[in-house]
Amino acid sequence: MRNRLATRLLSELSKPGRRAARYPAADLPGERPLDELFPADALAAAPPALPELAEPDVVRHFTNLSTLNMSVDTHFYPLGSCTMKYNPKRNERLAGLPGMADVHPLQPESTLQGILQLLFELQRMLGEVSGLPCVSLHPAAGAHGELAALMTAAAYFRDRGEKRTKVLAPDSAHGTNPASAVIAGFQAITVRTDADGCVDLDDLDAKLDDEIAVFMITNPSTLGLFDRQVAEVARRVHARGGLIYLDGANMNAILGVARPGDFGADMMHFNPHKTFSGPHGGGGPGAGPICVSEALGPYLPDPIVIRTADGYAIDRDRPKSIGQVRSFFGNVGVLVRAYCYLLTHGPDGLRQVSEQAVLNANYLLARIRHILPVPHGDRCMHEFVASAEQLKKTRGISAMDIAKRLLDYGFHAPTVYFPLTVPGTLMIEPTETESKETLDAFCEALFRITEEDPDLVHAAPTTTVIRRPDEVTAARKPVVRWATEGS
Amino acid sequence: MGYFFNTPDDIADMLAAIGVGSIDELFETIPAELRMRRPLDLPPALTEIELTARMQELAAADRHAGNTVCFLGGGAYDHFIPAVVDQLASRGEFYTSYTPYQPEVSQGNLQAMFEYQSLICQLTGMDVSNASLYDGATATIEGVLMCRVAAKREGRVVVAGTVNPQYRRVLSTYLEPLGCEVAVVPRSGETIDVATAVSMLDERTACLVIQHPNFFGCLEEVRALVAACRERGIFVVQVFDPISLGLLSRPGDLGVDIAVAEGQALGNPLLFGGPYLGILACREAFMRRMPGRIAGQTIGEGDKRCWVLTLQTREQHIRRDKATSNVCTNQGLFALRAAIYLSLLGPQGLREVAENCTRKAHYAAERLVEAGWKRLGNAPFFKEFVVRDPDGAPDERIREGLERGLLVGVPLGSDDPDLADALLVAVTEKRTRQEIDRLAEVLAAHGAGV
Repeated sequence: MRNRLATRLLSELSKPGRRAARYPAADLPGERPLDELFPADALAAAPPALPELAEPDVVRHFTNLSTLNMSVDTHFYPLGSCTMKYNPKRNERLAGLPGMADVHPLQPESTLQGILQLLFELQRMLGEVSGLPCVSLHPAAGAHGELAALMTAAAYFRDRGEKRTKVLAPDSAHGTNPASAVIAGFQAITVRTDADGCVDLDDLDAKLDDEIAVFMITNPSTLGLFDRQVAEVARRVHARGGLIYLDGANMNAILGVARPGDFGADMMHFNPHKTFSGPHGGGGPGAGPICVSEALGPYLPDPIVIRTADGYAIDRDRPKSIGQVRSFFGNVGVLVRAYCYLLTHGPDGLRQVSEQAVLNANYLLARIRHILPVPHGDRCMHEFVASAEQLKKTRGISAMDIAKRLLDYGFHAPTVYFPLTVPGTLMIEPTETESKETLDAFCEALFRITEEDPDLVHAAPTTTVIRRPDEVTAARKPVVRWATEGS
Repeated sequence: MGYFFNTPDDIADMLAAIGVGSIDELFETIPAELRMRRPLDLPPALTEIELTARMQELAAADRHAGNTVCFLGGGAYDHFIPAVVDQLASRGEFYTSYTPYQPEVSQGNLQAMFEYQSLICQLTGMDVSNASLYDGATATIEGVLMCRVAAKREGRVVVAGTVNPQYRRVLSTYLEPLGCEVAVVPRSGETIDVATAVSMLDERTACLVIQHPNFFGCLEEVRALVAACRERGIFVVQVFDPISLGLLSRPGDLGVDIAVAEGQALGNPLLFGGPYLGILACREAFMRRMPGRIAGQTIGEGDKRCWVLTLQTREQHIRRDKATSNVCTNQGLFALRAAIYLSLLGPQGLREVAENCTRKAHYAAERLVEAGWKRLGNAPFFKEFVVRDPDGAPDERIREGLERGLLVGVPLGSDDPDLADALLVAVTEKRTRQEIDRLAEVLAAHGAGV
């Protein structure tokens, strides 16, 4: 069945003289030769040597490629920390309306009243869900939101004449936290987590001083646990004049249940491509709106939408703003989908998202913990971290073995070996948009794998289109573009 | 409301399996005083019919390139998008998949990323490309951050005053709090003067950032600037227009170190500014300093060629605070769209689009000059140009244009008070002779200079 053309590259399919897109002649009077319009050394001798293909070539090539992917539309994707929930089709259609998709970012505001109203309402909705009323929709992704928020905090401290140079984050934090801190000009410092995955208060105290600008916390944590001490952590950081940043990657657990602004956060980002169902697109685009307290609001990046007597407008009077961190308004296409998602759910539905996500996760945890222990307890929020260490000792089957063997059973692998604080981890997040039948089938697959011949499991995956890619050679002798033989 | 599966019976069974009496019990790990005691203050839930009506109402309150003839540019362009791009990128297997961390079940995305990287190298003449960044402005700052580290000169970068003002603002936002000076080469008319630029290059300078064709659509003297920088050990970051490369010399042929661009023009819709596509390509020496994801070719079992994410030791999920960048995502779906677009156009199609833009833009400029407007200078330009209103009231002309169904151009006064009477006019291959004639009519109506 597999089409052999699928894995050839465009440049290998190319044949001189083939064409797909054609354009009409310009049909204008008084045309001058191009070499009169441009200096000779500015013109290329020939157009770039792109592949030459017929339109059906292109369609068949990419259609066949698509079939080599797992996706939410085709498979259960219990990828911890990534919130791979259903991407509603209605949102795709509505985000594609010409009054949304074909709007130029530099149009006069009088021609933008629909999109500006949508963005204004979204700012308010995110402010309500977070409990942090000042909102910037500008950043392009979660990590970009972290960076923009840290820059916002830096501007706030500069304005107050305070010199603060350090950003703290727990050892279980996403790698983007310390990386963003460094790009924003801070020193990144790690705080230990305790056996329960919560911030180690003694280590926190040891590292808290008057140079601390921000403590970045992920709550619920990357272990899928709500840190019961979060308010106490915030109290201690605030007592030293620092700010709390909440990494909103795990908001799918607490929508309408608890608000970061109510448990001590001063700043946070949302991942609308996780929590609010924006499709992941094979790794992007996302968006990274940030929400902050009133005190930090003036420093947020531009642009922000306001409502005036004349309608909706971009606020031009924000002298303390850090400015832009990207071009134009933001990843509006993703934000429009988030808006559709929020309106589809309403207040009760949004709370139900978290209730069902937490129910599904706890059900999975309860069903598998006898074979894959969950070191951090019998309860979780929207995800949990199971350990394959015991299974590795008794049967020689590792977390990675299980992940790869699940692919043979038609399930995407959970996140493996993250967070770095727990050995042999499988981080499992089912989301609310999966059925009990799917969860049961996933459990059955796990049970079977743990009983299979370890040699068979080590050899997994055995049914995928490729197996055992040599990642070491890929990194050691990188081939990152097509090249003809010998070139 | 929502996309849930669990029936009341399911929920009862699941709660029993967990060993709790209610869903609320599952949230008891959250201290009671931190839990909300009221419902969220959000609008009530809408069904699909209601939501559709709501969105149609909002969308109808906007003008857009579909119902208003668009001569706006400034970093986002109304180029034609072939149907194949939308059709293929709408496949759920592409747009509902995640980052290809499991290569065995992600060969489609990985190969598409590799195809994208290859096409960008072919397009630009550069050695290597990453798998994309957020947009043109963030690609520019990431390119500059690479240069600062590579040059071991962290204190100063020089940027042409003809680089998109939004990109320059982003450079300032990132760099100035770090104590890095962002020195701006003043524009001389609609380009920068090479001698002025060279006079600003000192031994503390990490890189020179230029845009070619620049924000005003005009060509800069890239070769002379590159030569001057090379003599001084200063890197060159060029912001380019991917469509222009159907005609103009490629960044790789011009000798720049890092080439960055806004890739929106390559088959991506306007979307009020995003998501777009940040292109970053560089010389091989910079490969391991690149930010973002990179797909690499390797072999799997049976010597079968395949693709994986590679050089990941640069990235934040491995290196944390030592990573080359904090960037985690790429713009996978938009890079895919660009790859499809470029493979549909091929060399001849790209040349036709570039030539169409050039010819139509030059026709438009001639018509506007006939109508009494003045060009800012006489530098060669590609698909965009600046004209000054003889009446000094471009806002009036913008309003009149809207009444006649035209978005006539981008006013420049807010970025540069000396250009308060100017419009930046962009002309893509979609514009017809009739539309351009209408633009000239609208703008000529008050032209005192006629």
